[in-house]
Amino acid sequence: MIADKSVSSKVMDIIVYATMIIVLVVTLYPVLYVISSSLSSANANDRGLVTIFPVEFNIDAYKGIFHMPTLTRAFKNSVIITAGGTAINMLFTTTYAYALSRKRLALRGIYTIIAMIPMYFSGGLIPSFLLISQTLHLYNSWWALILPGAINTSNMIIMRSFFVSLPAELEESAYLDGANDFVIFFKIMLPLSQAVMMTVGLYYLVGHWNSWFSAMVYLNEDEKMPLQYMLRQIVLLSASLDQAAYDGEIVTDSSLYFTNYVAVKYATLVFSMAPMMMIYPFIQRFFVKGVMIGSVKG
Amino acid sequence: MPVSAFLFPVMGGTDSPTIMCAVLIKFFLRKVRHMSTATSLQNTKPTGFKKVLHDIWASRWLQLLILPGLIYFIIFKYIPIYGVQIAFKDYKIRDGITGSAWVGFKHFKTFFTGPYAFKLIRNTLLLNFYNLIFGFPLPILFALLLNEVKSVFFKKFVQTVSYLPHFISLAAVIGMLSMFVAPSTGIVNKIINFFGGESIAFLTEPGWFRTLYVISGIWTGLGWGAIIYIAALSAVDQGLYEAAAIDGANRFHLMFHISLPSIMGTVVVMFILRVGSMMSVGSEKVLLMYNELTYETSDVISTFVYRRGLQNNDYSFSTAVEMFNSIVNIIFLWVANSLSRKFTESSLW
Repeated sequence: MIADKSVSSKVMDIIVYATMIIVLVVTLYPVLYVISSSLSSANANDRGLVTIFPVEFNIDAYKGIFHMPTLTRAFKNSVIITAGGTAINMLFTTTYAYALSRKRLALRGIYTIIAMIPMYFSGGLIPSFLLISQTLHLYNSWWALILPGAINTSNMIIMRSFFVSLPAELEESAYLDGANDFVIFFKIMLPLSQAVMMTVGLYYLVGHWNSWFSAMVYLNEDEKMPLQYMLRQIVLLSASLDQAAYDGEIVTDSSLYFTNYVAVKYATLVFSMAPMMMIYPFIQRFFVKGVMIGSVKG
Repeated sequence: MPVSAFLFPVMGGTDSPTIMCAVLIKFFLRKVRHMSTATSLQNTKPTGFKKVLHDIWASRWLQLLILPGLIYFIIFKYIPIYGVQIAFKDYKIRDGITGSAWVGFKHFKTFFTGPYAFKLIRNTLLLNFYNLIFGFPLPILFALLLNEVKSVFFKKFVQTVSYLPHFISLAAVIGMLSMFVAPSTGIVNKIINFFGGESIAFLTEPGWFRTLYVISGIWTGLGWGAIIYIAALSAVDQGLYEAAAIDGANRFHLMFHISLPSIMGTVVVMFILRVGSMMSVGSEKVLLMYNELTYETSDVISTFVYRRGLQNNDYSFSTAVEMFNSIVNIIFLWVANSLSRKFTESSLW
């Protein structure tokens, strides 16, 4: 381009690339710092010696985490809640979205409105809480974490858009062969929808994995708590990894883990961020795709 | 409405207007009118109510497919709407919703004449206001600059890294923040000490809350918020740039006179939504960040509702406050959209 050769173009380049470098550093440095601090000694952490890389490398903080049951149990809980929750999400969302995508569906308009209204009007925190604890008696159960969010209408819309875009001939020829809607849905439409199911499934999955608030509201036993809730307890509220340690019931060498409490907190952070960051490079393209599908729909 | 459907995953779908309801209600009414228009020549075809039944039976498998979701919506979304009436009652658990006594607007009066209302509303508005001023332009700027990157690989790489923070759980983000600004061991204070300053207890100082809130919001939201602008920019006709370059425009001209105007439609819609949700601050992030010492600046309506409702079991009162908040949100958005439609070409509806 003609504009490229001038001085102002070079200035623009400098600004652009400087900004990009800043964005990269600002985004990644905190994460790097957290990892390094978790692998540094108590002395290094207390005196603030850690800058980029671990100082006086040791893995005591991680030994502490894996030695106490709190975080590994919370991790397991999160895995179960996320897996079960996402399965329920997909079951409810795909069926609703598919049915809504068929023009033959009687009362289609009503069903659409029923899905839309809750996006704008909702009962609120207290009425929902009362429903779940008083009426449904789901207090202190993982069902209270999974069921209330079974269908996210915006995710459902994304799926519906996709189903609408599938060619009508598929359905017609299947009818001619004698199939009913159930068969068509499960044996023909779903297998074709893998991309959008991945996208929506990942939205739900990340939502479950990252959630802590529902657990705080609806659960009251530490043993049932998911990972992010325990993260909050340990890092933000300085709860101990295991209360028994302070009661003196644990073998003495475990006290080593707690003299470096700063590293323990950082290690907890690493432990909870690691799964998401490890799968992130593989799944990020689905999220952007989902955004595009949703925005093109209009 | 090209942008609105994208926004629902971004915004969580909780602070948008009722207009889609109006559009869909219109759509539904049109259907009903069709259904009741019978053609007298074909009296073998069922009409009106009978037609509805016939159609339901014809699509019975689809009806079955939609049933689980339908039951879900009714139980978990619509029954709580019924429960909202406790805002006008003195709800007692043993009396249930129907058994509790009506008290009219008593809870609303208590809230507005009490010491909290002004502070809560002010804090809610200010947090959103600062977020708007400092947080809204940055993704746009980032998208414009990213668009100028020539290497496709580097562009993708930066973009991918930039929305990583969006996927880190809020608990982890605020956890990191709290570690970084810790008074004695946090890196921020170590740097301050290095330059001769005194340590600041950031998280317990009311004056720092809004700053920390906005900064953490920028860190998590920059990349993700820029996606839609980047997408809009990629749709701009390259010929425009070439033509302008031939006419002597430099790259700054190109950016401000072609790129930016091309995405103004998107910018305006996003802006409306932000302004429209001025009275809406989600409780999760504030709950993670605040403590009693900072209530003066950090306590917002949603956190107040949570504390009074679920910690003090003041069910009716907090429901009333929450209802007030929802209604104000809807009004704000309605007004924002009307103004936008009046003064610009873009609006949500």
